[in-house]
Parts: sequence; structure tokens; C-alpha cells
Amino acid sequence: MNRFAPSPGANAAGLRRDDSVERLALFALSAPALLLVLVTMIAPVAWLFGLSFLDDAGSVSLEHYRRMIDQPSYGRTFLVTFQVSLLTTAICIAAGYPLAYAVSQMPTRAANLCLILVLLPFWTSLLVRTYAWLVLLQRKGLINEWGIRLGWWDEPLALVHNMTGTLIGMVHIMLPFLVLPLLGAMRAIDADYQKAAASLGASPMRAFWSVFFPLSMPGLLAGTLIVFILCLGFYVTPAVLGGGKVIMVSNHIANDIELFFNWGAASALGVVLLVLTLAFLFVAVRLLRLDKVLGGVHG
Amino acid sequence: MSWFSEPASPTQITHGARLWLYVVAALVLAFLIVPTLIVIPMSFSESQYLEFPPREWSLRWYRNYFASTAWMQATVTSFQAGALTTVLATPLGTLAAYGLFASRYRWAHMIHVLMITPIIVPVILVAIAVFYVYVKIKLVNSLTGIVLAHSMLAIPLVIMIVTSALKSYDMNQEMVARSLGASRARAFLSVTLPQIRFAVISSALLAFLTSFDEVVLAMFVSGGGNSTLTRNMFLALRDQIDPTIAAISTLMIVVTTALLAFSQRFGQTHRG
Repeated sequence: MNRFAPSPGANAAGLRRDDSVERLALFALSAPALLLVLVTMIAPVAWLFGLSFLDDAGSVSLEHYRRMIDQPSYGRTFLVTFQVSLLTTAICIAAGYPLAYAVSQMPTRAANLCLILVLLPFWTSLLVRTYAWLVLLQRKGLINEWGIRLGWWDEPLALVHNMTGTLIGMVHIMLPFLVLPLLGAMRAIDADYQKAAASLGASPMRAFWSVFFPLSMPGLLAGTLIVFILCLGFYVTPAVLGGGKVIMVSNHIANDIELFFNWGAASALGVVLLVLTLAFLFVAVRLLRLDKVLGGVHG
Repeated sequence: MSWFSEPASPTQITHGARLWLYVVAALVLAFLIVPTLIVIPMSFSESQYLEFPPREWSLRWYRNYFASTAWMQATVTSFQAGALTTVLATPLGTLAAYGLFASRYRWAHMIHVLMITPIIVPVILVAIAVFYVYVKIKLVNSLTGIVLAHSMLAIPLVIMIVTSALKSYDMNQEMVARSLGASRARAFLSVTLPQIRFAVISSALLAFLTSFDEVVLAMFVSGGGNSTLTRNMFLALRDQIDPTIAAISTLMIVVTTALLAFSQRFGQTHRG
């Protein structure tokens, strides 16, 4: 027996009791925040969850879920949501990878400056940025005006109140979410690997594609999944830059409430959106240990 | 040897051969920055149609904004909601992060995840759920309602930032303070809190901005005499393009930048 272990006397029991009382007291510090989240978020969402399984007469039914399959408008909404999310993610990768790569290769000072520029939009109001695009992309907007003046096109292009405008606005918002994890992964790559590749005779191209790119994959995957998951729940950008023509799941939910006061339908759609989000999040956590990123207590 | 022919990486590729990469990166950065900045000169334009560069300069849209009771009232509401959210969410979130971290229960992780859910659940679902409950308990269009809902959104952010600061903090320092006779509360306030101060200040700033910039919950929950600035802006954007919004956007950029600069200074000077 370990003779340094506390003797099983009265004092040890007292200490243990003190310790557990204190741990409980510490835990109780989280109660107010927990209560607030429970009352304003978990309970209301649970309520809607229950509501989604009730028909108009108040009895249990799958009516609202069945309607999602029967009515083609819901199918279109899901199609548009996936389409917009996939395209936004793809464009973010195409634009974000070169940017992250360039920044990762810069000297520290220049890289930090670029990083600030990438972070800047993060801190600017979503509405301000959406407004900026609305102004730039409209028929008489800056981009059309200059495009015509420079002779690139003759008629004003329809750049906003449609899919194009929505995609531009969403890429603008999501790009930093892709660049940041990607840059983190790229910065962690040891430059010696590329030196080794070069000294073994690999061309710069070859060294990039067979050494650097595979090593940057975890960051790219993390960024891609974050962007895709966040895109699924977008509301403001499609509502403003889509001009009512791009109806994603969130917009459909809002319409069900604002125009039709149909709580059951809106709730059911919300539940499906939540399940989709959680499913993709689960995949992301499994693939990447994203829970580390989200910052657990015992990470 | 010019810069173009210098090697730019360990693979001996030259800056010249990589020029396209720099051009692409610069274009993407411009895409990120320029649209927001272009709103600023536009807001000083005289014209009804937003032109760039403006042909005539004026403060017309700023006068419009400051003369409008609706916009002024919304601005006051937004600042009130932001300030109250900060005051509520920062201490609650900090206490929760500290409590969960220091209690060392194995299942504290579950509670932690539970409290982070507001940033995972799609905001539209949260918005209609909160709206549904607020209608029943008559909190719709009230400042209290907005502050509670925004605090719920801000608490996860506070918890995440403070928890990550606590992880890099040595809890043994608190033990030392306590062995010297300090109570747990005293040890937290005079030893731990000063060292995680920067995280607490950043999270307070983030809590303010979360509320100040929030649109979707505000759309459903605020209204009437307690309509927020973002709600009014969103409704205006859906209907027509009012240049007054350019003026408001410029002011919002100024407010955010000032807050950021303030927190940056504050964090830096008190760190060492």
C-alpha cells in the first residue's frame, strides 16, 4: 500500500467532502448561462420540434414532413440550397487556395498585413457588406457602368437579384472562413520537405503537387466543411441579393411564417435544416476532430 | 539580379514565375476589401443614384439619417441592446467558462457543448423558435426580449474565448493564492481574472458586435418602438436602395473600427 496515500481517517473524508462541495459550487457558476441558453434556445427549439409533428387539428401526424415530399416547391428549395452551398464552397476554394498559398509563402510582416486584410471583412457588418454588393452590382451600379464604359459588354448585365448576386455576396462572406484554417495548415508545413523534394530533383510544380498540396489537405478539408455547413443556413444574403428569386431553406422557413403563418410547416423545415446541419457537422467532427477547434473543456 | 529572378521558395521557383500567383492573391484581397470601402465615398454623394466617384459631394444622406426619428430610435435601440448584451453575456459566459473548467467534472464537457449549440443551430430556426415563445410570454418587440436572445447568441462566443485563455493559464497560481489564505473568489478576481483579461475584453467586444450586427433574430423579435438598426436596414434593403443606408454603413464601419482599435490598445498595454 502506498504510504503517502491519505489515511482513511476522519480528516481525509472531510477533505474529500470539501473538495466535492467546492467542485459543485464551481459547476454552479455555469448555471445562469446554462439557464439562459436553455430557456431562450433549447426549450423553444424543442417546442417547435414537437409542433412539427402536429397537424392543424392538433393531433400527431407527419403531415408537414409528407408535404415536403409531395410539394415540388420544397424539393426546389433543397436543390437551390445545395446548389448555392456547393457553388459558394467551390468558388471559395478556387479563390481562397491561391490567396492562402501566397500569404503562407510571404515574409512574416507582409503575411500579417494580408492576414489583417482577410480578417477585416469579418469585423464589418454583414448588412453593410450586402448593401455594398447591392450598390455595386445593380443595373446602374458601378460594375455595369464601368464594364460598359470600358467596352467589355454593351447592355447592363443582370448581376443582382438573382443567383449571380447571391453567389458573389456569399463568397465574399465565406472566404475568410476558408482561408483561415487553410493558412493555419499551410504555415505548419515544414519548408524542409519542399527543400528535400527540390534537392531530389523535383520541379517546383512537382514539389508543390506531390509534397505541399497533400500536406495542406487537412486545412482545406476543414475550411471546405465549415464553409459548406455555414452556407446551408444562409438567410440574409439570398433574401437581399437574390431579390426573392433565390429561395434557400432559411428563406422558405421565413416565408412560411411571414406570409402563411404556417408554424407546423416552418418548424418541420427547420427540423430538417437542423438535422442536415448536424449530419454534416458530425461528418466534419469525425473527419477532422473539429471539436478541438470548437474548444472543449478537456480538449 | 532583379527581384523577378530571385528564388521565392525552397523549390527555387522565381518571383517572376510566380507573378500570376501574386496577381491572383491581390485580386482576391481586393475582392474582400474594396466593396466595403467603396461605400464610404458613396455616402458623401449628392446624387440619389449611388455613383462612384461622386460628381458632387454633400452630407445630404447624413442629414437625412440624423433628421429621421425612425433611424434615430433604431440606433438608440441597437446601442442599448448591444450594451446590455455585453453586460449580461460577458460575466455569465466568463463565469460559466471558469466554472466548467475549474470543476473538472468529466461530464462538464457535455454542458460545454450544450452551451455552444446556439452557434451551431441555424439562426433562422432559433429566430422563429424564440419568436414563437416570445409571442406566448409577451416579450415580442421588447428590449428585454432582444437582449436575452442576443445574449444567448453571444454566450457561446464568450465561453469559447475565455475557455481557450484558461487552457493556457496555470491554475496552480490560484492554488498558491489560496494556500496563502485567499478565498476562491478572491483568488479568481485578483490572480486569474487579470491574466485572462485580454480574452474577457475581446469576448465583451464580440458580444457587443454580435448584438449590434445581428439581423435575423432582430427581424422576428424586435419591432415597433424597439426596432433595431439592422432590422430597419434589412427591410429598407429588401424594398429599395436608399442612399441613407450608405451613410449608416459608413458610421457602422467607423464604430466597429473604433471598438477594434480600442480593444487592441487596451489588450496590448495591459498585457505585460
